[in-house]
Amino acid sequence: MPYVPHSDDDVRRALEAIGVDSLEALFADLPEALRDPPIELPEALDEVALLGRVRALAARDQTSGPDFLGGGMRRHFIPTVTPHLAFQSEFVTAYTPYQPEVSQGVLQATFEYQSMMCELTGLPASNASMYDGASSVAEAALLAVRQTRRERVLVSRGVHPETIEVLQTYLWPLGIELETIELERLTTPVPEVGGDVACLIVQTPSFVGTLEPMAALTEAAHAAGALMVATVDPLSLAVLASPGEYGADIAVGDGQTIGNPVAFGGPSFGFMVVSEPLLRQLPGRLVGQTTDVDGRRAFVLTLQAREQHIRRSKAKSNICSNHQLTALMATINLAALGPEGLREMAEGSVRRAHQLADALRAAGGEVLHAERFFNEFVLRLEREPHTLRRQLSERGVRAGVSVPDAFGLGHAVVLSATELTSDADIEALLVALRELGVLEGESQPEVYS
Amino acid sequence: MSAATPAPRGVDAADSFRDDSFPLIFERSSPGRRAARPPLVPGASMAALLGDEHLRSEAPRLPEVAELDLVRHYTTLAHRQFSIDGNVYPLGSCTMKYNPKLHEAVAGYFQDVHPYQDEASAQGVLTVLAELQQDLATITGMDAVSLQPAAGAHGELAGILMIRAYHEARGEGEQRRVVICPDGAHGTNPATASMAGYDVVEVPTGPDGEVDLAAFEEALNPQVAAVMLTNPNTLGIFETRILAISEAAHAVGAQLYYDGANLNAIVGLARPGDMGFDVVHLNLHKTFTTPHGGGGPGTGPVGVKAHLAPYLPTPLLVQREDGSVGIEGPRPTAIGRLRSFYGNVGNLVRAWAYIRTLGLEGLRRVAMMAVLNANYLRVRMREAGYTIAFDRVNMHEFVAQPPEGIRTLDLAKMLLDYGVHPMTVYFPLVVREAMMVEPTETESLETLDAYAAVLGQVLRDAQADPEAARAAPHSTPVRRLDETGAARRPVLRYQPPSG
Repeated sequence: MPYVPHSDDDVRRALEAIGVDSLEALFADLPEALRDPPIELPEALDEVALLGRVRALAARDQTSGPDFLGGGMRRHFIPTVTPHLAFQSEFVTAYTPYQPEVSQGVLQATFEYQSMMCELTGLPASNASMYDGASSVAEAALLAVRQTRRERVLVSRGVHPETIEVLQTYLWPLGIELETIELERLTTPVPEVGGDVACLIVQTPSFVGTLEPMAALTEAAHAAGALMVATVDPLSLAVLASPGEYGADIAVGDGQTIGNPVAFGGPSFGFMVVSEPLLRQLPGRLVGQTTDVDGRRAFVLTLQAREQHIRRSKAKSNICSNHQLTALMATINLAALGPEGLREMAEGSVRRAHQLADALRAAGGEVLHAERFFNEFVLRLEREPHTLRRQLSERGVRAGVSVPDAFGLGHAVVLSATELTSDADIEALLVALRELGVLEGESQPEVYS
Repeated sequence: MSAATPAPRGVDAADSFRDDSFPLIFERSSPGRRAARPPLVPGASMAALLGDEHLRSEAPRLPEVAELDLVRHYTTLAHRQFSIDGNVYPLGSCTMKYNPKLHEAVAGYFQDVHPYQDEASAQGVLTVLAELQQDLATITGMDAVSLQPAAGAHGELAGILMIRAYHEARGEGEQRRVVICPDGAHGTNPATASMAGYDVVEVPTGPDGEVDLAAFEEALNPQVAAVMLTNPNTLGIFETRILAISEAAHAVGAQLYYDGANLNAIVGLARPGDMGFDVVHLNLHKTFTTPHGGGGPGTGPVGVKAHLAPYLPTPLLVQREDGSVGIEGPRPTAIGRLRSFYGNVGNLVRAWAYIRTLGLEGLRRVAMMAVLNANYLRVRMREAGYTIAFDRVNMHEFVAQPPEGIRTLDLAKMLLDYGVHPMTVYFPLVVREAMMVEPTETESLETLDAYAAVLGQVLRDAQADPEAARAAPHSTPVRRLDETGAARRPVLRYQPPSG
């Protein structure tokens, strides 16, 4: 079932029109040595057989039950209407809007996306989306290097460990030095930033959940002539000070939490929003407002001289495909929730996480950074975190993202909660942790009233 | 920017049903409305839990709309968008084939698996990924595959970085500073080489539409790190001297990179690995029909020969002793990580479903019908009065030109009035007024006949009245745009009238 409409007669008619006598003749340019390669694939499945196989496979994945997994992606509320509208076939099966007269759907939705990201981050210029949070942080570092012509980047230990790995991958071929600042050095007093530093990259809430002193850090970066890059969870911006408010130059992050499923890690989308002076350094597509010959408002890809298809080896980035459809999910989701709904989600998430932390502490658990965290926090353990995660999984609870050794916290896991977490979920985690001997005693969880 | 924002329009009662005043979602906003309610969690204030100093001073000005407002807005917006599901969309090098609905159902089964859950509790999705990895390796003739890159250009970056790591491991990192690309290459190729810290040398296209072998051999020297090629190339022509190219490149120690954008022409019939390529990236949103989504997400897996496997991006999927599939993290030789987690899994499972549904015979049929359709349309387009650049049997796409004095841009806009989408225009750069056409295998001959008829009609119309041609299109939601103005005074966001 290769989705081709050609009958044998069609093939004959086409060959005749072309003036060749066989399909093989169309491939005469392929050297003999290359033909009929030994490709080994399983037999084709029909629709019913395929779906049967898919159901059998999917049954091996745990996708329900209490869920406290975070660490860059979390399961949040997505109303039914969001995917229903985003997955209309006109949006799903369109290409990049290179013919704006027949692409106002994607173009306007992208303009709306850019506008919403500007509102959330408090910065004036958003691109049309990127791959994910980690690669967006790396692109932000490259932007800062271009803008400042400096070749050293400072990154907080609290930035997602996978993001730091991606930064290393993007920076080594260009010979740019990457220095990590340990978490305890981020506060009182903030670190001194050298005059050779292109940017300071800080994540808030950090990978271990802490809120960082962004205003003071921004001041320290600017005092050295470096750019401040804030990497943020967009959902947190319903509640927390925006990068624009504390003066960051670039806001980047992953958009999964505001409208996409976790999907085993992707696709979500990355966002990048910058201050006005950095506008022409932005990588990726941008949609701008203009008018047509009849004076009607319309939208179009703009400032394309930054991009690879025009500038080739001098482009700001090699990025071509972005994450349009998953960014559209976020756009529609933000419009569905509105400012109130988004705030309720963020607040619900914070309250549930604090409820969970209080319950764990009351039960004798060692919760770190308890004074200021958002919706994720660290629980210290006596045992290896992967073991605990498996043991919990066997009890039907998904929880326990490992904290890497680099944090110097010993055995520890990140736990998160969201507005979808229930009292029963929290009780189930506590019961499992007691069974496993992580928590002692019989104390009951405290529940917020 | 803000100063240039014109007054919003579209919400005045008299205008609100008119097509030409289509509002933004912000302009449909009314305080207090909303479409969705998350579960409410009452409790302590944010100031108490987080501290005043961390809170934002004003709420973001997101739209406030009721659910029906939301539905009407994004439904009518979708109607202002051209799509494959609507009509033929023969963009060259983009492979705009039909995206099967079955794949959407398949993807739905895997959307609630968390990337950090215990691997024993994710064996379903991990099995799919491991199978896809193996399928792509055998289809491309490579020894190892990573599914991590998020798009074709991301795969290119992975590939060129692996080549760089390989040269550095052999002590030739300093010596090899150059990447060779043909002048017809996709823009991402030279842009990728720059991101990987290389200088780019372009080699010209010869009179037969293939890489000029003499010029290519002249450009080769021990400073060359890699040669990036697309085969069939962007003119839709198979590089018949590929084995000689490969031998010459390897003779100076360069690595050969395959840009998989055009694999649809030969999938199942020939393999980049057998041509001598050391690295290949695939665009699953092209050959393997994951939807383009209005510009993404794509997916760009990379395959390598064994000598480059130590440099593959991490993490990697591994087969455990008990037969399960596992995930393994960083290792010292690898180029590192290119993104978070494991890849655009939602797309990877769609591509897997496609390969499972088609099997090898199905894939071979895809390539044959894609090439048949492209040649058929080439002949029909020549009959309609167009010149074919490098007129010979082509592969999955070809490049045409209008007669002297007629502008491709005008013809493209005239096509829009017939309800069909133009081909890729003004690419590749090596052909004047280029019209690059890739019909794909999923279009019927009747559709191609109709498309050719429209191409003939617009050409006649443009020749009869060049002024009218420059005024097209007329029937689209908006007409030609002031693109210069958009770039000169960028307005990149909506701002409320009062703000």
